[in-house]
Amino acid sequence: MIETQQLTKRYGDLTAVDAISFTLEPGRVLGFLGPNGAGKSTTMKMLAGFLAPTSGSAKVGGHDVVEDAIAAKRVVGYLPEGAPSYGEMTPRQFLGFVADVRGLTGAHRRQRLDDVIERLHLNGVMEQPIETLSKGFKRRVGLAQAIVHDPQVLILDEPTDGLDPNQKHEVRALINSMARDKTIIVSTHILEEVHAVCGRAIIIAKGRILADATPGELEARSRYHQAVSLTTPNVAAAKEALSRVPDVAAVEIDPQDHRITAFPKTGKQIFAPISELLKAQGIQVSELQLESGRMDEVFRTITQGEGTEAVA
Amino acid sequence: MSARMNPITTLFKRELASYFATPVAYVFIVIFLLLAGAFTFYLGNFYERGQADLMPFFNFHPWLYLFLVPAVGMRLWSEERKSGTIEMLLTLPVTMWQAVVGKFLAAWAFIGIALLLTFPIWITVNYLGSPDNGVIFASYLGSFLMAGAFLAVASCISACTRSQVIAFILTVVVCFLFLLAGFPLVLNFFSAWAPQGLVDAVSGLSFLGHFAAISKGVIDVRDMIYFLLTIAFWLYASAVVIDLKKAD
Repeated sequence: MIETQQLTKRYGDLTAVDAISFTLEPGRVLGFLGPNGAGKSTTMKMLAGFLAPTSGSAKVGGHDVVEDAIAAKRVVGYLPEGAPSYGEMTPRQFLGFVADVRGLTGAHRRQRLDDVIERLHLNGVMEQPIETLSKGFKRRVGLAQAIVHDPQVLILDEPTDGLDPNQKHEVRALINSMARDKTIIVSTHILEEVHAVCGRAIIIAKGRILADATPGELEARSRYHQAVSLTTPNVAAAKEALSRVPDVAAVEIDPQDHRITAFPKTGKQIFAPISELLKAQGIQVSELQLESGRMDEVFRTITQGEGTEAVA
Repeated sequence: MSARMNPITTLFKRELASYFATPVAYVFIVIFLLLAGAFTFYLGNFYERGQADLMPFFNFHPWLYLFLVPAVGMRLWSEERKSGTIEMLLTLPVTMWQAVVGKFLAAWAFIGIALLLTFPIWITVNYLGSPDNGVIFASYLGSFLMAGAFLAVASCISACTRSQVIAFILTVVVCFLFLLAGFPLVLNFFSAWAPQGLVDAVSGLSFLGHFAAISKGVIDVRDMIYFLLTIAFWLYASAVVIDLKKAD
């Protein structure tokens, strides 16, 4: 379990993290979203015990990260941004070192090492210096290091950054497989990832929490929530027809692929009336879709005006 | 690998092994031994003196350390900071002083290994004559302690910067001042304005002075304490600097 209260970090005049409070129970992966420089990494560094908060407090697994730092570090597994590790060591030496520092011994140590090597498919590279490994393998070594002691709390700073789609999928599957009995925080700026792994998302910008909701709730804030999109060869007729549906507030045509999107008036359902109308008018559609909402648009709306750069 | 190890032991083993994982260790040891030999025989006139002692050997150690110890110590913390591993290291369940001491001891042991590998010269001098092995032992001890003091300075300065080159140069400069603290070069700078007490204090900080005392064979507890305190001070300073600078 993770609990922060008014957690704050200042560097001189700059407030990197501004009074963040949240509680996270095991069983739900929390996605930490925000533009670059929003304070995601700084928050995670404080939770992991690397940086001391300027004010406020944080507890992981019931241990205060400042007062009871060593006990807190024992229950946390942390993957720092960029997954740093000692390049001249082999994964076997490196993971063995972490296991030793974590106090694993004997059969338990062997069993934990075998388990993480297996889970992260490191078998083929165990004897190569880490600096000679590909980015994907380096990241997996970093993840293995974070989970070798089977921690209650996992803090992963951009675990899938720089991985190819297959590797991303594997890492997400790994996180999901551990989610049941661990408290997990994942930072990312890949918005599709939120859906794939997170049961809850916190959006922060300029060090403040701007939204704290499930991915579904966030999407419901989107203009596109409950909108209907369709593709048709007969664009003009379709647009004309859609405008006449009573609950449609606006109709837009994508200038590039001529996809038509109809936006509902607040709280109205327009999918059924639209599909009936199209059928009645005999307008051919090659695709008709009810939109659940667009995370990127919600993200932009929420973080907009916070002086942030666009995030992919 | 079944007994649970103290974190310092674990860190020490990892660090020491990392020296030997790259050619750095071998290059350092070879150069150290070559230079020590060259200084002793060519500059120190080991044979020509006709005396069975190792004075010509030990006399050059301060100057050898001045460049070689910063080369070992420069990577202690600046490399951790540059590669980001400091974040991994300090979020493991180790305290700051365990990390500082573990890394320092490994580097010190590494220099100790290099120093031990000079044993052929001890065999040589015993073969040629009958030296006072007590004095030689004291000199080795003094040399090792002095190396530790240089290394502790290197540890602190290496914690200040991500650049190993800057760490190296600054460490050489600071160590040079400490070496010569008892000499006019440094003392004149203070005697112009500082009270005599301070000038004496500065003069008492000289590495050379304390090393010379020990290597005469007089193992004075005060000289040993001086080096140990110097090491403790700079290691404490290392921990403070790491704490202050780890955020950037």
